[in-house]
Amino acid sequence: MTSITHHAVPVHEQEIALKTAARRTISRRTAWIWAGRILLAVVVVGGWQWFTTVGWVDKFFFGQPTEVWNSLVTLFTDGTAFGSIWENLWITVQEALLGFLLGTLTGVVLGILLGSNRYLSEVVGPYIRIVNSIPRIVLGSIFIVAFGLGMGPKVLLAAVLVFFVVFFNAFQGVREVDQNLISNVRVLGASPLQVAMHVTIPSAMTWIIASLHTAFGFAIIGALVAEVLGAQHGIGLIISQAQGTFDPNTVFACMVIIAVITLGAEYLISLLEHSLLKWRPPSKSEAQAI
Amino acid sequence: MTTVSVLHGKSPTPTAPAGAEEAARIELRGLTKRYLTPKGETFTAINDVTLTVEPGQFCAIVGPTGCGKSTTLAQVSGLERPSAGSVTVGGQIVDGITNGVSYMFQADALFPWKTVLNNVLIGPVLLGTPKREATELAMDWLRRVGLAGFEDRYPHQLSGGMRKRVAMAAALINNPRILLMDEPFGALDVQTKAIMQNELLQLWEGLRPSVLFITHDLDEAVALADKVVIMTSSPGSVKDVFDIDLPRPRGDVQQIRHEERFLELQGQIWASLKDEVTRAYKQSAGASS
Repeated sequence: MTSITHHAVPVHEQEIALKTAARRTISRRTAWIWAGRILLAVVVVGGWQWFTTVGWVDKFFFGQPTEVWNSLVTLFTDGTAFGSIWENLWITVQEALLGFLLGTLTGVVLGILLGSNRYLSEVVGPYIRIVNSIPRIVLGSIFIVAFGLGMGPKVLLAAVLVFFVVFFNAFQGVREVDQNLISNVRVLGASPLQVAMHVTIPSAMTWIIASLHTAFGFAIIGALVAEVLGAQHGIGLIISQAQGTFDPNTVFACMVIIAVITLGAEYLISLLEHSLLKWRPPSKSEAQAI
Repeated sequence: MTTVSVLHGKSPTPTAPAGAEEAARIELRGLTKRYLTPKGETFTAINDVTLTVEPGQFCAIVGPTGCGKSTTLAQVSGLERPSAGSVTVGGQIVDGITNGVSYMFQADALFPWKTVLNNVLIGPVLLGTPKREATELAMDWLRRVGLAGFEDRYPHQLSGGMRKRVAMAAALINNPRILLMDEPFGALDVQTKAIMQNELLQLWEGLRPSVLFITHDLDEAVALADKVVIMTSSPGSVKDVFDIDLPRPRGDVQQIRHEERFLELQGQIWASLKDEVTRAYKQSAGASS
């Protein structure tokens, strides 16, 4: 009896002690991770600054972090030769977004269509592989020749780059659908449309969403490259202008701006992923092991 | 106009006992299914299977691995078409998906992206039942399989036994006249399996659909079924049919295993099955070496 009562209290205390220990382990690890991250940034950026200041690396060609910062400030305060930075940024973002939407939409629709229809996929499949093997950036030149210097060709190039990423994922996603699930709903009397709505599309969604992360990066690349090839506004134009005047700092400054935009979009896509795929079991890496 | 309304009034009534019973008879006549292998050869999965399942009968099919048991079910459901012979359900030849059939697979065919409730109500929804009615029906079925309070969980949050219960509720919610079960409890541990068998028997006794139940487990077949069909190894065909005269309701499947009559039947059937299993094993061993 006494041994039991003796045990009862310490067990409770032990649990509290265990919990605080676990919490301490986690917070210590986060602290170390952040320390490592900051150290890495300081080493890379600081090293760059130091090498260019000392003169081991020529800052005329490779820029310098402080100069990049100055260019950033100039871009936002004085604007550019083609209007304010916000105006140019908005145009590039619009092109990327429209291209992203267009490419995703056609990629998903065609991917699901070809994925669920064997005949269609065998007829069209080889052509898609041929088009995919073309260096698609070159299409940008054709689009600009055909559609001029406006937003159209940029949206098109972005959409073409996005399309293939999304298409192949949607196609594969449909192919990976559990055949038992399809048999199950077919026996329950589902029409082909209902099979698509209840099984194929939700199942392929995991693959499609995974592709969207890379797809947005491609949309930005498409918009920028098309702007470099020929434009009247946009970040790509600022970059090509800076290249022409041997100004690496402004190129780096534009890279920073685009990186911020892409990270923001990435974050939004992650939110979408979480809300659409909340049914998925947490993966091992998400469930923290202590 | 009046005659039309009278006709309409009558049409939903074929659910009257006699009609419903006849609609649940399954007859396989000379059923043969051949597949074309990727090498271009033909492979006969089942050959000349003739078998009748009376309305409301629980029929178990036992046979060695790869003897075409699942192929047989696919023909009955109408997912595949026979190469020769015919399947008749309720006097009508199966051509396309048979209605009033539910299928239960070994791997639980639940939608991982749907909650437990939405998994169960898919059956009525596909039949065009309004969402609210379907929800009520699904809630009722979840209560029946002991899963009230788990409506909002996702399948990955449930144990293997609970997932089977969801699959059972989803299979039975449409009140099918025929239930096809393809090794439904094959992947469960022994204890859970026994519990699920008891629950299946209870639910089945309430609705009495005709059942075609595929299993490797002879004990399971004898404990659950009215009729045990032994199939030969490939190409599959019917070797023997045994009637199981254990009284209904069977009660606890764990208890029934110790009864004298059970052991007697099990011995007889095993004698028939043993040759096939040995032959199938030798074939596969010969093929792999």
